[in-house]
Amino acid sequence: MYFDTIIAGFGGQGVLFMGNLMAYAAMEAGRQVTFMPVYGVEMRGGTANCTVVISDRQVGSPIVHEPQAAVVMNNPSAEKFGPRVKKNGLLLVNSSLVDEQYVKARTKRILRVPSLELAQEIGNPRLANMILLGCLVELSGVVSVADMVKVLPSALDPRYHKMIPANQAALERGARFAKENRGKV
Amino acid sequence: MSAQAARKKDLELVLDRPKSLKDVPWHFCPGCHHGVIHRLVAEQIDNFGLREKCVAAASVGCSVFLYDYLDIDVLESPHGRALAVATGIKRALPDRFVFTYQGDGDLAAIGTAESIHAANRGENLTVIFVNNAVYGMTGGQMAPTTLEGQVTTTSPYGRQAQGMGLPIRMAEVMATLEGTGFVARVAVDNIKNLKKARAAMKRAFEYQLKGWGFSFVEVLASCPTNWKMTPEAANARVGGEMAAYFPLGIYKDKHAPKAD
Amino acid sequence: MAKRVMVKGNEAVAMGAIAAGCRFYFGYPITPQNEIPEYMSAELPKLGGTFIQAESEVASINMVLGAAATGARVMTSSSSPGISLKQEGISYLCGSEIPAVIVNMSRSGPGLGGIHPSQGDYFQATRGGGHGDYRTLVLAPSTAQENYDLTMLAFDLADKYRNPVMVLGDALLGQIKEPVELKPYRKKPPAKPWALTGCAGRPSQLLKSLYLADGLLTEHNWKLFKKYQKMRQEVRHELYRADDAEVILVAFGSVARILRTSVDILRDKGKKVGLLRPITVYPFPDEAVRAAAQAAGRLMVLELNTGQMVEDVRLAVEGKAPVDFYGCPPGTIPTPEDLAREVEKLWRKGGGR
Repeated sequence: MYFDTIIAGFGGQGVLFMGNLMAYAAMEAGRQVTFMPVYGVEMRGGTANCTVVISDRQVGSPIVHEPQAAVVMNNPSAEKFGPRVKKNGLLLVNSSLVDEQYVKARTKRILRVPSLELAQEIGNPRLANMILLGCLVELSGVVSVADMVKVLPSALDPRYHKMIPANQAALERGARFAKENRGKV
Repeated sequence: MSAQAARKKDLELVLDRPKSLKDVPWHFCPGCHHGVIHRLVAEQIDNFGLREKCVAAASVGCSVFLYDYLDIDVLESPHGRALAVATGIKRALPDRFVFTYQGDGDLAAIGTAESIHAANRGENLTVIFVNNAVYGMTGGQMAPTTLEGQVTTTSPYGRQAQGMGLPIRMAEVMATLEGTGFVARVAVDNIKNLKKARAAMKRAFEYQLKGWGFSFVEVLASCPTNWKMTPEAANARVGGEMAAYFPLGIYKDKHAPKAD
Repeated sequence: MAKRVMVKGNEAVAMGAIAAGCRFYFGYPITPQNEIPEYMSAELPKLGGTFIQAESEVASINMVLGAAATGARVMTSSSSPGISLKQEGISYLCGSEIPAVIVNMSRSGPGLGGIHPSQGDYFQATRGGGHGDYRTLVLAPSTAQENYDLTMLAFDLADKYRNPVMVLGDALLGQIKEPVELKPYRKKPPAKPWALTGCAGRPSQLLKSLYLADGLLTEHNWKLFKKYQKMRQEVRHELYRADDAEVILVAFGSVARILRTSVDILRDKGKKVGLLRPITVYPFPDEAVRAAAQAAGRLMVLELNTGQMVEDVRLAVEGKAPVDFYGCPPGTIPTPEDLAREVEKLWRKGGGR
C-alpha cells in the first residue's frame, strides 16, 4: 500500500493541519507516514503546502513531484500543483476560491468542491479545510473519516478541543459530498 | 623566613599562606598586582571554607595561570567566555561556589556580551575583574580600559578619544544592570586600599553564598612591564592617574544594612 | 512495539536527548531548528533541568563547556550560521576532552544563505570545523526516528570518548513529521572522575587545552589522535537493495532517503541500483564503501551541495572504481524522479567510457 498527496493553499487556510490530521490518522491505523510542510518565511498569508506520504513500508522520499492526489485551495496552488497530479490521480479543487481558468490538469478525475458553502451549511465557514479533507479521505480510501475523528484530540491543540464536534461535522459533510459526487471522478 | 621556621623559633606568626594558595613561586613580573589579588581570593576561599566546594572559570591573559596557584578545581575558558562558562558550571552545580577571574581585555572587550548578559541574568556568580589598562600577556596592546593618551604597542601615539574611544568604566556599567547585587571598584596599591579590597571580596563572596546574585569586584592593578615603569612608579600610577579616571568605591550593595 | 508519537524531526532530537538524560540545554534561536530550544524550554524545567536562551551561539557553546565540565549531559543545537559561531567552543571541548552533543539542523549558505535544506556543512562537520587538529564524531540521521535514536547514541559516544559528538541533520529532517517510537533509554552513563565538582576528598583538578611546557602539546595531540583512531570502531552505515547492484549510490541524511525512492523507481525499470548510506560521516565508513565499489564496480555520490562527501568516497575507493557525482546546490529539493534521472544520465555517460 502506498499513497501520497499534496495539499496547498494560503497560509491560514489550515493546509498544514489537514496534512497533519491525515498523518496522525495514518499512524494510528498502523501505517508508516511522513508529513512534510513547505511554507514561506511569513507567519501569515504566504503560500503553504504540505506533502503526506502513507505506506506499509518505510517511507523513502518525503518529497513528491507528481502526487496521486492533490487538494488545491487557491489560484496559485491550482496553477502549480494541478498539472502535476498523476495522469489517473485525483484533483480536489476548492471551487469557492479557485477560478476555473486556473484549473489545469492531466487527470480527468477532478472534483470541484464548494467548500465554503458546504462549511457555511454546517454553520462554520472556517472549516472549509475539513470539508475538503473529508472529500479527500472518502475518495482516496487510505484512512477513514472515523480514523480522523479518533485522532482529532491528539492533533488539535487543547485550546480548540471544543471545536472537535464541529470539525467532525465538517469532515462528515465533506465525505458525504464526495460520495454523492463519486460518479464524477 | 617561612611560616614553619617562624613557628620553630617560637616567633609570633602574623601572616600565613592561605591553604588554598599553592606553595609555588609566582611567574608574575616584579611589581605586578596579580599575586596580591590571587592571595586576596585565596583568603576568602579559606575564610568561607570553600576550597573543596569551589570551581573557578579561568580566563585568557596573564590570569590564565590562576590554576597554577589556587589549589581548587578550575576550568579554562576561551578568551572572553569565562562568564558563559561559569554560568554553565553554576547551573549544573548550584551548591558550589563558582567564580571567574578575568582581565580587562577578556571581560570588557572580547567578552563584553558574555559579561553583560551573565550579569543581567543575575547569575549567582562572583567576578574578580583585574583592570590593568593593558593587554599583558600578548605584549602590552591597547585595552578597552587603556587611559586616554596612554602609549601601548597598538596605540603608539597614545590612545585618542576620537576613533579609539575612551576607557570603559565596567563597575559603573555593571551597577546599572538590574541583575547585579554587589559592585565595587578597589585597588591594592596601599594597605588602606588593600583592606578595602579584602572587605569588598568578602562581601562579594557573601553575596553568592547567600544566593543574592551577581557580585562584581573590579580591582585596579599595575603592569609595570607593559607600562614600562618601575614597580614603584606603576604602583603610584594605580592610586593616581588610574583611580582618578576609575573612582574607587562601592557602586552597589543591594543588601546593605539600612542606615539608621 | 513501544508507543509511537507523531512529532517533528526537531522534536524527536529533543526527546531523544531528554530520554538519554540530558538536563542542560543552552541555545540561541535560528531557523530551521527552533523546535529544539522551544521543546527544551518547555520540558527541562519540569524535570529539574536547565534551559538558557543565551545571548549568542558563542555564549551558548561556552555554557555547554561549563556545564559539561561538571559531568552533566549537555546539549546545544543550531543551524549552519550558528554552528559556525560555535566552532570556537567545539575546538575547546575537543582540546579539553569534555563530552557534549551539538546538533546542526543545517540550512543553506554561504553567509545567511537561506532556510532550505543543504548538506553544505559536511566539510565543516567532518573536518573538525574550528581551529586545531581535532575531530568530532558526526552522526547523520535520515528519519525522525533516527533523529531520536542517534541523539541518544550521541550522548553515549560523547561520554565514551570524552569528545563532542555532532548530530548533522538538515532543514528537511528538522521539519518533517513522522511517527517516532519512543524507545526507552536503559544504559547507565559512565562515571566521570575527571569532572570538576569541587575537590572534596581528592586533589584539585583542572580541565584545559593550553599546553605551553616543552613537548606537552605534542603529547596531548598524539593522545587525541589515538582517540580519533579508536573512534573508527563506531563506524555505521546502511545498505538498501545493494546485493546484486551494478551501481551503488552513496548518500547521507535527507538525500539518502529521497534516493531510497529513486532506487525503487530505477529497480522498477529493471536497473540494478543499490544505495549505501553512511550513518556516521566521521568516522567515514571507508571499508563499506570500498567493499561496495568492489562488488558493484561503480559508485555514484549524490549530495545537496556541489561536492563534499564525494571526496571521502574517492579517498576510500582509492581510484579502484569509477566514482561519479551529482550535486544539488541549495534552493530546491530534488524529487526522487529528478535524482533517478540524474543517475540514469551518469550511468549512460559512464557506459560510454
